[in-house]
Amino acid sequence: MGPILKVKNLSKHFDVSPPLITRLVSREEKSILKAVEGIGFEIQQGETVSLVGESGCGKSTVARLVVKLYEPTNGEIFFGNQNFSSIKSRKELKPIRRRIQMIFQDPYASLNPRWRVFDIIAEPLRAHGIISDKQGLKRRITELLEQVSLSSADSEKFPHEFSGGQRQRISIARALASQPDFLVCDEPTSALDVSVQAQILNLMKKLQKELGLTYLFISHDLAVVSHLSDKVGVMYLGRLVEWADTKTLFQAPKHPYTKMLLDAIPDLNLSGKARTPVAGEVPSPINPPSGCHFHPRCPWSNERCRTELPTLMDQQQQSVACHAVEENRI
Amino acid sequence: MTLDKKPILSVNNLQVEFPTRKGNLVAVNDISFEVNEGEVLGVVGESGAGKSITGSSIIGLIDPPGRITGGQINFLDQRIDHLSAEEMRTIRGKEIGMVFQDPLTSLNPLYRIGRQLTETIQTHLHLDDKNARLQAINLLAEVGIPSPEIRIDHYPHQFSGGMRQRVVIALALCANPKLIIADEPTTALDVSIQAQIIALLKKLCKEHKTAVILITHDMGVIAETADRVAVMYAGKMAEIGNVYDVIKKPKHPYTVGLMNSIPKMGQDTEALMQIEGSMPRLNEIPQGCAFHPRCNQVMEQCKKTVPPMIKLEDSNIACWLYPSK
Repeated sequence: MGPILKVKNLSKHFDVSPPLITRLVSREEKSILKAVEGIGFEIQQGETVSLVGESGCGKSTVARLVVKLYEPTNGEIFFGNQNFSSIKSRKELKPIRRRIQMIFQDPYASLNPRWRVFDIIAEPLRAHGIISDKQGLKRRITELLEQVSLSSADSEKFPHEFSGGQRQRISIARALASQPDFLVCDEPTSALDVSVQAQILNLMKKLQKELGLTYLFISHDLAVVSHLSDKVGVMYLGRLVEWADTKTLFQAPKHPYTKMLLDAIPDLNLSGKARTPVAGEVPSPINPPSGCHFHPRCPWSNERCRTELPTLMDQQQQSVACHAVEENRI
Repeated sequence: MTLDKKPILSVNNLQVEFPTRKGNLVAVNDISFEVNEGEVLGVVGESGAGKSITGSSIIGLIDPPGRITGGQINFLDQRIDHLSAEEMRTIRGKEIGMVFQDPLTSLNPLYRIGRQLTETIQTHLHLDDKNARLQAINLLAEVGIPSPEIRIDHYPHQFSGGMRQRVVIALALCANPKLIIADEPTTALDVSIQAQIIALLKKLCKEHKTAVILITHDMGVIAETADRVAVMYAGKMAEIGNVYDVIKKPKHPYTVGLMNSIPKMGQDTEALMQIEGSMPRLNEIPQGCAFHPRCNQVMEQCKKTVPPMIKLEDSNIACWLYPSK
């Protein structure tokens, strides 16, 4: 059986140009923000795949592309055997949409504050025509709430009556309502305290086992990613720079950016090892550096790095987009 | 604590309350701790534990109607908790600097950063314009802003988040304070920038012999930066000790639970240890030890009486599992 999700050469550009009049007067060029550029990967059924990177690397944009909240500028998305990205009509999209659901980062913004929890969770059930009678809805909603360790009494309350962690559980219950195969989780625990995060991560692992779910997990927190994922993709300025299974990535990273990212994580083991923080900052995605976007911050960059964009290449255990790795310089 | 260290700040039995229509909410409940010269004290806890309010109390910036209702804050042998706004203004900035979480809100977007720096410098150091500007350029260079003589005339929006936070640190260090209170200084920053800012803060504080109260919910930042750490829960201090002891050999059940619930790199566990439930809201704090409903080692005494803070080896701990001698 093929992968449940396959993404090929996916790109998303945003036109952030100033208005036409302004451009005519100041003779400015158009500004195109290349948020995602040429991304390709596969996710197998039952896997947890994470996309990591810092602010502005494009990982949330990839999440939104995969659920078709954004239309891709280029490239294709296959869900199962179907070319998801080429389907335009809402009617045709509906059965696929039922199988892909999303959990968002901000538990305070992703639930409608004017709806009771009952209606929030019932929304996908009603929208997809899965259950429409009151009794049936009540049964299914109770089942979902109990699955996320809440109770049926909670269905009568409003979101503001719950804590951040509890709201995230409600989001998960809503996402599970239509019995999806695939969940896209966009930084679901970043806004939560550490002990609440542990509860939500444990819950997500348990549900994955019980329901055979596949996760695309977006995060900037590498420790969380190392705990949860099977495979990891590292993104920098819209491009995939490294792709490997979790163990390999954390034990033997190849791309200079991945190495530096791992090095920047505070050491809770207090091993006292010296760290060199990454120099510089992430450049603007509107005007990225030429060649390899990471070259200004990379200690191993050479002339080729400054002019030629590296492509993702298979290197025994992982795929890396780096000239220095390809040339065996590191 | 080594005996030759001299405390520059001592907080004794601090109580901060917020009067509301439904009664008094106790945000900080009888906490005591000290900060020694040149050390970094981490104050860690989850949202609502009272750590930010503690920081605000010390610098005299509690949002009204909150106010200090008990205890004392002594800074450099002077009691500061009951000073007037005018008197506090001379201490704030000069002796105690502050670094807030969001550099976008701590810098005035309408003024060039040079002006914001010289304003603070001239208020506290009485230098003329030319020398104040030179001092500002030096500070910017010290915090790692490239081309400081040009960037000094830029506006905050012309800097990235990490650069802005460096400027805020420069502002806090302007008048060479003895103490800096940093409230979540790296939370809004990416992990690689966070590492840079932590390294900067450590270096500067060592060079200037400035003590730091580092308030954060991020144990990783504490591990990298702090000498000692105080763990807060529901307005009270649960445990205070050396960073090594608290992280590697935690004593209080809450600290144990907290450390175990943090996913660590290279750790191969199925499930993270989780503490059931969540920290109580200020109007729902249980009787006795505030943590008892979630504690896996709860005893009868915990439900009735608040455990006092006692000294145990190099740490202080408030837990009935550790009776005082």
